[in-house]
Amino acid sequence: MADPMRIRANVVGDSTEVKVLMNHEMETGQRKDAQGKTIPAWFIQNVTATYNGKTVLAAEWGPAVAKNPFLSFKFKGGAKGDKVQITWTDNRGDKRTDEAVIA
Amino acid sequence: MNTQRRDLLKTGGGVTLLTLVAAAGWLRPGEALAADAWNKAAFETKTMDETVKALGGATPAQSKDITFFQTPDIAENGAVVPVGVTSAIPKTESIAILIEKNPNMLAAVFNIPAGTEPSLSTRVKMGQSSNIYALVKADGKYYVASKEVKVTLGGCGG
Repeated sequence: MADPMRIRANVVGDSTEVKVLMNHEMETGQRKDAQGKTIPAWFIQNVTATYNGKTVLAAEWGPAVAKNPFLSFKFKGGAKGDKVQITWTDNRGDKRTDEAVIA
Repeated sequence: MNTQRRDLLKTGGGVTLLTLVAAAGWLRPGEALAADAWNKAAFETKTMDETVKALGGATPAQSKDITFFQTPDIAENGAVVPVGVTSAIPKTESIAILIEKNPNMLAAVFNIPAGTEPSLSTRVKMGQSSNIYALVKADGKYYVASKEVKVTLGGCGG
């Protein structure tokens, strides 16, 4: 199981700002190891953010997203104490969901 | 006796083959599962036109309403290049980040439902100095803006 994400969600004016730091290798499939073998690609493909059961952001990523990906976005609404959920799925089918309370 | 042995060998070989097929078959549904909403074709494209086509659009129009923020002119480390994109175009549906000289141009696509601000930032890898394109889909049309980022240390080397 992958390491947990770090999620921060803050109310800014009338919207909520969400910052996510995921723990993922994001291997491109381009690099080679010491033996000259290609290291297989391993990266997050889908990221979904939901608030109150509603999707607020859906992303598709390629291997060009940096290692331990960072993502920040804003959505309208969101109340203090509510929860924001982030889910990612990688190309190995591994999945992780974490949530944060809006502050 | 001899023929029997051969038969046994054959069956044995068959079983191994079956196991292999099964293993391969077992892998495939997993991949399909992971790729449920993942546009594989778009992520394999190598040119701007191909990418836009794979995403289902026509030639994008240049737009001054798309702006970059937090994006450096010179990135010291190509493995971690911050990119922020804001679209001021009404009805922005999605923002894609493309890096011209990467092995595959498309880095990320963000679908933005109504109520989410068309402004986000992330970090990408860049193999070498190149243009970064922000491709915005708004109201069914495609718009593009670019910014050149110089990389002093590549992010895709071994």
